Amino acid sequence: MENELNKKVLEELVKVFSDDIKNAEESFGMLSVTVNKNKIFAIVKFLKENSETNFNFLTDLTGIHYPENKEDLGVIYHLHNFFKNHRIRLKIFFTTQDSYVDSLVDLYSAANWMERETFDFFGIHFKGHPNLTRILNMEDMLIHPLRKEFPLEDQSRKDKNDAMFGR
Amino acid sequence: MSQLEKNNTDIIIPSQEKEYSILNLGPTHPATHGIFQNVLKMDGEIIIDAEPTIGYIHRAFEKLAERRPYNQITPITDRLNYCSSPINNIGWHLTVEKLIGAKIPKRVDYMRVILMELSRIADHIVCNAVIGVDTGALTGFVYLFQQREHIYEVFEEMCGARLTTNIGRIGGFEREWSNKVWEKIEKFVNNFPSALQEFENLLARNRIFMDRTINCGPISAERALNYGFTGPNLRAAGVDYDVRVMTPYSSYEDFEFTIPVGTQGDTYDRFMVRLEEMKQSISIIKQAIQKMPVDGGFHADIPDFYLPPKEDVYNNMEALIYHFKIVMGESTIPKGEVYFCVEGGNGELGFYLVSDGGRTPYRLHFRRPCFIYYQAYPEMIKGSFLSDAILTMSSMNVIAGELDA
Repeated sequence: MENELNKKVLEELVKVFSDDIKNAEESFGMLSVTVNKNKIFAIVKFLKENSETNFNFLTDLTGIHYPENKEDLGVIYHLHNFFKNHRIRLKIFFTTQDSYVDSLVDLYSAANWMERETFDFFGIHFKGHPNLTRILNMEDMLIHPLRKEFPLEDQSRKDKNDAMFGR
Repeated sequence: MSQLEKNNTDIIIPSQEKEYSILNLGPTHPATHGIFQNVLKMDGEIIIDAEPTIGYIHRAFEKLAERRPYNQITPITDRLNYCSSPINNIGWHLTVEKLIGAKIPKRVDYMRVILMELSRIADHIVCNAVIGVDTGALTGFVYLFQQREHIYEVFEEMCGARLTTNIGRIGGFEREWSNKVWEKIEKFVNNFPSALQEFENLLARNRIFMDRTINCGPISAERALNYGFTGPNLRAAGVDYDVRVMTPYSSYEDFEFTIPVGTQGDTYDRFMVRLEEMKQSISIIKQAIQKMPVDGGFHADIPDFYLPPKEDVYNNMEALIYHFKIVMGESTIPKGEVYFCVEGGNGELGFYLVSDGGRTPYRLHFRRPCFIYYQAYPEMIKGSFLSDAILTMSSMNVIAGELDA
């Protein structure tokens, strides 16, 4: 870790959640920690309420899908400490069968729609969410469209050669 | 009660419970400036509860971006907050430049600052003028939109488009700004403050306007932070958070400007914060013009991403290769993930970009400020009048394109 603030936050996290941290790295100066999925609520609560870390602002919450990985679905959180102007990223990964994650609505009201959006596009279920329904897509949609198994273009088309023009 | 009365179904016994009426506000309502649906539960004219439905103009930008090469994503970002497209365009370029580690000349940075501040003014003009309209004051709208027209003339001179600009390229601008552009900017910077002053005189201390907007749709600083507010709406609540100052990008650290903050977080404060921000933007543009470096060109030296001049493509092998690679989207992109944010018209506009080294982003997520703060709307309008709800929405400056992505 090159950044002092990142080092400090990681130290604080390791003190309490040493068993739940799977990976920590710095990418483009931002601390990026992969943690145990079942502890995400406790970890974010700790980061928010600990006076050393004090991440009072949930900047962003979104999903990601890696179909090749065993734990294929993920949720990515961006937290921001306004007092020290410090940002970190938290990641959790899990399998499609086990896509039940604790909701952060009790900590940040902002998580409400962001979690609904993540549910809508990735089919990740947030436990304890007050109203986990689709938000941008129509309600009777059957798929979760941002997953990689749903390609953008119509797969029945024969006139396009994907070998030359990307995925 | 006698048997006769019991059997008689015609007798209407008034319910002891209060009955509320349900009112559909939108999806297309002339007063909501965009496609928003709100199912309101009303007690007379007082709003008891609101249930917003969004997604009417969802265009799957994040999915589209997963199939487009990096330079072809710029036009998508136009359509997020279409009142200030250049900020979105430049935000996207800065994100990619961070990923590829490009070094941008100071001159390009300053040109971008001028452009972004012009767009911010255009964005705030829309919001503030429309607050005026929703309170019943159409005059200010007419005068201020004339100025917005001049900003769009500048955009038109730079890139040929007015609303969805697709301005700039990864690494800088597509061409040098002509003398006419500079003249138009100069003229706008000189004329705008007096027009804004006129507008301010019309509304800011106007008794009717103040009665109408003060304490309309307020939100406390604590709730605003919890709801993820950013931009003028957060500053109106009293938190001096501005991306331009907290994490300066594109050389914003070189300029002197103040961040206006409000106290109540109500419609009047939001109006005043935007009004002051426009003045600050003018000051930033003036400083940028004054400090503008003479040399440095209009783009960075990154041949992998920046299209070579056309005459080189025809006469020079290397330029032809680069041209082909860029047009076909075959430039080499490093693996990695970046989060980059700029101060958009409505707040922190973030780009979370995951690259796996392929020709397109593996995942691109837009942190749209509107989407995040619009969820506070029901809480803000509970207990207020219907007409105040309309005003609250226009003062939050909810842009449908950014809301639904």
